[in-house]
Amino acid sequence: MTTVPEAIERESRLRAAQRFLVDNPVIVLVGVLVLLFVLTDLVNRNETGEPFITWNQLSTTLLVAAPLGMIAAGQTLVMLTGGVDLSVSFTATAAAFAMSWQANNSTAEGILAGLAVGLGIGLANGIGVGIFKVNPLIMTLGTSSVTFGLLSIYAGRAFEKVVPDLVSTLGSDRFFDYLPANLILWAAVAAAIILGLRYTGYGRMLYAVGDNEVAARLAGVRTWQVLVLVYALCGLFSALGGLLLVGFTNNPDLGLASPYLLQSVAAVVIGGTSIFGGWGSYSGTIVGVLILTVLGSLLTLLNAEEWQRQVIYGSIIIVLTAIYARVSGSE
Amino acid sequence: MTTAPAPTAAAAVEFRGAEPWRRALRLHGWTIAVWLVLLAMVPYWRSLSQQDFKFDVQALAIDALPLCFAAMAQAVVVISGGIDLSIGSLMGVVNVLSAREMVDMSFRQALAFSLLLIVLTALASGFTGAIITLTRIPDIVVTLGMLFVWQGVALWIMEIPGGGVPIDYSDLAVGDLGSTGIPNAAVAVFAAFLIIWVPLRWLRPGLAIYAVGSNRNSAYLSGIGVARTRVGAYLLAGVFTGLAGLALSASSGIGDPNSGATYTLNSVAAVVLGGVSLLGGVGGLIGVIAAAYVLTLSKIILLLRGTDPNYANVYQGALIILVVVIGGLLTRKTRS
Repeated sequence: MTTVPEAIERESRLRAAQRFLVDNPVIVLVGVLVLLFVLTDLVNRNETGEPFITWNQLSTTLLVAAPLGMIAAGQTLVMLTGGVDLSVSFTATAAAFAMSWQANNSTAEGILAGLAVGLGIGLANGIGVGIFKVNPLIMTLGTSSVTFGLLSIYAGRAFEKVVPDLVSTLGSDRFFDYLPANLILWAAVAAAIILGLRYTGYGRMLYAVGDNEVAARLAGVRTWQVLVLVYALCGLFSALGGLLLVGFTNNPDLGLASPYLLQSVAAVVIGGTSIFGGWGSYSGTIVGVLILTVLGSLLTLLNAEEWQRQVIYGSIIIVLTAIYARVSGSE
Repeated sequence: MTTAPAPTAAAAVEFRGAEPWRRALRLHGWTIAVWLVLLAMVPYWRSLSQQDFKFDVQALAIDALPLCFAAMAQAVVVISGGIDLSIGSLMGVVNVLSAREMVDMSFRQALAFSLLLIVLTALASGFTGAIITLTRIPDIVVTLGMLFVWQGVALWIMEIPGGGVPIDYSDLAVGDLGSTGIPNAAVAVFAAFLIIWVPLRWLRPGLAIYAVGSNRNSAYLSGIGVARTRVGAYLLAGVFTGLAGLALSASSGIGDPNSGATYTLNSVAAVVLGGVSLLGGVGGLIGVIAAAYVLTLSKIILLLRGTDPNYANVYQGALIILVVVIGGLLTRKTRS
């Protein structure tokens, strides 16, 4: 007689554990990240005879990951509302160009110009999506093609491309040998987003709009304002990412942020944020960004070509969305 | 499903009392308007151009050929209630594969190889559709993932532009019909429309596509295989995508892994401008063809006016956003 309740209890505990993991994908993701680190370490030892897991490499990983983390921050917010921003990479590039152009005058003007460009593109996206109800994909694809067109005109003109010391320090220097400067900015942004999503009214409204826009509107949320602001924020974060990136490479060029579009979407999807909106977190995205960065190092070690990366990242998006949809739908 | 469940029929019920010509205007007003816009652009275009009319029409038809097919592909998917962001990059795959293989082929071999490619593209697109219906992930996500997968595949097949096609083959796109002055490129578009789309449109599969697009649940309740129909729509779109990719090869005579990049956005714009609602179930392919010509002609006019080609891209991007914004506003108004 005693065995039956025990079996039920065991099963319910298993259920509870499963539920816990489904509700907190970050735990599983950190496991994946550690595994990936170990795998890369093994490959590196095999190829070069040196370990990959060193303080120096960990610090480099964070340094390389920060721009993607910044761009993926905006992407996370947008995807929480059920949209997606396909203009992030050209927004970042445009911000880097605007910065290096205006920095001829002064550093502050350069940085402000870069951020203003990001904010402007983001606002255009937000107005299209929030007020005119254009499908976010099409709207952001449209602004991104306009941005690219303008970029290819202005990038061709001769002007001195200046990357101010402040920006290159922020983008590539490390304090105390191991602490990347951009990590400090990233950590501040991450804290603001994680706390803001949880404790501010606007953060909760993002989830509400993503979960059910009609219900949110009927509950008194001005959904169009929420949407306009979220795309503006995404533009701003993309611009920040672009500035960090140009501080890292010290040379703005047209392809500066191109790989980051796909990676930002992939990082958010890996981080467990639902592409349908209303569910997810930035902490998941951070782990997703780190996973992608380590995966990138691994692919570089294995001499993977650009096309293989594209196919791998594209497949990751589809397969993971399918898995998440199945897991969260089966409850 | 027994009577005439096309979305046009639903609209017809509302206006049953109206006279026939008003009904026709209601149903086809948008399509007629797009063709009128195209006609209205012609005099201005002529006033700018120095070339003779025949030559210009030929150039327009060649320039618009890939977009016409891409837009037809997009239209089929959108009518069925989906959207396909991978059309451009799948076109790129067809383009590089055909240019790489056809470079040493005779005309006949090239034709046979084209057929094979069209079948393969249809299967590839149907595969995307199958993923969508099996996993129930939204079309946008799956096709966005496939966009990158196909881009990768195109780069794998050919890293830098190269390859070529037999001269007779490229004549299919750039020549004219028995030197009558009617451009082959235009004939190809309308032939594909009449042979592939028109019969389907009025038979069960086409009607099912419209029914599924306008309301998935009521389509299911009237006994239509919704999943089968949606995969079918992607298959059919794959046929048009294959034609679009081959049109790229034939008209440019070269394979370029990035050649398809702009066609995804432009095909969506042509679909919206052509009167197909992004909500699905409304519109037809003939308006979309006109829209593809309008978009191409607007680019040509900008270039004739001496606009920097880069600026022309900017204007066209802005125009596309404008079209989608206005089109979205109009369709929402008529729906509600």
